[in-house]
Amino acid sequence: MGELLRVEHLRKVYEPATEAIGDLSFTMRAGELLCVVGPSGCGKTTLLKCLAGLLRPTGGVVEMHGAPVTGPSPAMAVVFQEYGRSLYPWLTVRGNVELPLRHKRLSRVERARLVADAVEAVGLAHVARSHPWQLSGGMQQRVAIARALAYEPDVLIMDEPFAAVDAQTRADLEDLVRDLHATRGISIVFVTHDVDEAVYLGERVLVLSGAPTRVRADLPVDLPPERDQRSTRALPRFTELRTQVYEQIQRAKRGQNVAP
Amino acid sequence: MRARLLYPVGLPFLLLVVWALATTSSTNRFFPGPAAILDAFGETWIGPAFVDDVLPSLSRLAIGIVAAIAVGVAAGTLIGLVRWLRELSEPLLEFFRAVPPPVLIPIAMLLLGITDTMKVVVIVSGAVWPILLNTVDGVRATDSVQSETAAAFRLTRWERLRFLVLPAASPRIMTGVRQGLSVALILMVISEMFASSAGLGYRIAYFQRNYLVAEMWSGILLLGLVGVLLAAVFGLVERRVLRWYHGIKEVNRG
Amino acid sequence: MRVRKPLLGAAGLLAFLVVWQLLPALGLVDRQYLPYVTDVLGRLVEELRDLAFWRRLGLTMSSWAIGLTIATGAAVVLGTMVGLVPFLRRATHTTVEFLRPIPSVALIPLAVLLFGIQQRAALVIIVYASFWQVFVQMIYGVADVDAVARDTARSFGVTRRERLVYLILPTALPYLMTGVRLAAAVALILAITAEMVIGNPGLGRMIELSRSAGDAVGLYALVVVTGLLGLLVNVFFRFVERRALSWHQSVRGEEVL
Repeated sequence: MGELLRVEHLRKVYEPATEAIGDLSFTMRAGELLCVVGPSGCGKTTLLKCLAGLLRPTGGVVEMHGAPVTGPSPAMAVVFQEYGRSLYPWLTVRGNVELPLRHKRLSRVERARLVADAVEAVGLAHVARSHPWQLSGGMQQRVAIARALAYEPDVLIMDEPFAAVDAQTRADLEDLVRDLHATRGISIVFVTHDVDEAVYLGERVLVLSGAPTRVRADLPVDLPPERDQRSTRALPRFTELRTQVYEQIQRAKRGQNVAP
Repeated sequence: MRARLLYPVGLPFLLLVVWALATTSSTNRFFPGPAAILDAFGETWIGPAFVDDVLPSLSRLAIGIVAAIAVGVAAGTLIGLVRWLRELSEPLLEFFRAVPPPVLIPIAMLLLGITDTMKVVVIVSGAVWPILLNTVDGVRATDSVQSETAAAFRLTRWERLRFLVLPAASPRIMTGVRQGLSVALILMVISEMFASSAGLGYRIAYFQRNYLVAEMWSGILLLGLVGVLLAAVFGLVERRVLRWYHGIKEVNRG
Repeated sequence: MRVRKPLLGAAGLLAFLVVWQLLPALGLVDRQYLPYVTDVLGRLVEELRDLAFWRRLGLTMSSWAIGLTIATGAAVVLGTMVGLVPFLRRATHTTVEFLRPIPSVALIPLAVLLFGIQQRAALVIIVYASFWQVFVQMIYGVADVDAVARDTARSFGVTRRERLVYLILPTALPYLMTGVRLAAAVALILAITAEMVIGNPGLGRMIELSRSAGDAVGLYALVVVTGLLGLLVNVFFRFVERRALSWHQSVRGEEVL
């Protein structure tokens, strides 16, 4: 499979002098599910906004299909952590999912099909006419995922999407992401601060250092592609990987920088 | 069930009875009884006066309100979105908001003469400020994540306005409209008391000058009804427009 | 960066004055209807030196102050009572909803009948209009008392009177301040309006006299005065509100985070 996303020597400095991202490089294949973890305050959100074209990097490039990303691209869709604020409360579930499709040149029928399909895929067909605030937090985040799916992006960028939901809901949502990845072959960048989540979800885990951020480790996750909450998490290999990632993060917190 | 009916009508009924009793036993000619006022109401307002005085007043009021909302929301959105424009106009807007609206009447009379246009212009130029300033505040307070979402999904300028900026500002806009309505009603009355030979305000002042006390009271009653009606219509519209807003509040409370 | 904002604001003000000056100067509007801004400002300065002007201003502001005080006093007492007693709240609801939207200016003829061309007639209008602003806020404020705090007070055997002074009134204070600020603006509007329509002496009557005498310069100068007066009242009450409620704002700020 070809290369989808290339980040090279990315650097971001907030004025006047806060260096959020130091020097960051990695690439991502099409169809990959890449998890990005790091200690809190390590510039994960900044990285994500640079990827999505919402922030202009101070230095370096982000390339998508070989072309530099200079602004939000139709090939990317973002799922924000704050679902309560990223969904529009004055629109229904369907209205929210449909909104980004309005300026795509689609027939009415095609648009309705995309919306219905996306809402169905996240299991919310029965509440399509409700407003987001009538739903639980987990369901709201499903709406945000449906909105991103309907947009038909090449890559889905998710910023700690499940940080604000309870544990049980979170497990369900994780399986939803695995499932969408498997059935739709969609590429996903999944940012999280949760080590277990990263290992359980990812095909590859990128561990970031503390700010100014660099890539600390780049670990392939060699777990079987068929995963489920109980058996996968019980595998010895899962525990090993988790420990590996955990130690890297602990070292990152202590501020030890490794030579790449 | 009985209590539910008793509460809303109990006190008004009691007050009416007290009023009726007080007026039968006293001879104060400035306070006619409810029956006399009701009689005068029927005689004065039901008939040609409705077409000659009430309808023109109300249509000027309606035109003025609609125009004030259109101008206020349009200008407020523009000023709220464009920073340099906001900074340029802020002191001026503060001043115009502070001018007591009725003093605009003499100026409008000077510039436009005693015409219907003048009266509508007066209503608009008084009612527009609360709407405009509240719209500016509402537009400015658009949530950052909601804006980022719009950017990430590449919403067009028009879509952003229609689906993000205006709905997000709508609670504040409605607050402004509510304030604007009461200003508009006041200006309708005053402009007619001041410079008119027809209309509700003119009629009431006329009755007073000619000591037609019961008729004057019936006019006050009618203005009260207009005010209540206006508030009721506004309440209806507001509940529809801000259904999501009240819904969220209820969810948060419960 | 920090100078930009006031600079732009001043530029906006200046542009407005220039446009005003140009409109009659270029003959776009007749000078009789829209006089030069320089003439108007000149008259304004003249007025400020005139003792009679200050006397009229004093009359207007005394109507304003008396009306606002009576309205606030009555609204605080009645609002607290109605807010605290559920029976009263339910019983008065429809009556309030009918009386509140009645435009105060509709009462002008009645006030004239009762009191003639006197300050008392103006006071009727001012008090009626500003009363509701404070009254409604008071009811909200009293209803806002924290249930836990109320139960706590009750369980410690705090007397009714103490609850009122130490719990209910402090909670309602921010609402009261908002109400008074709104009422102050409304009272000023109606003080001037009453003088214009009823004809009791003050700035409003002077405005009406200037108009009927065809003195456009004087009329515009007085309108500018009323605007400045309104601005002063707004700024003053906003300042008081912020000062008095600094503790409250900080509490609210934490809640938002």
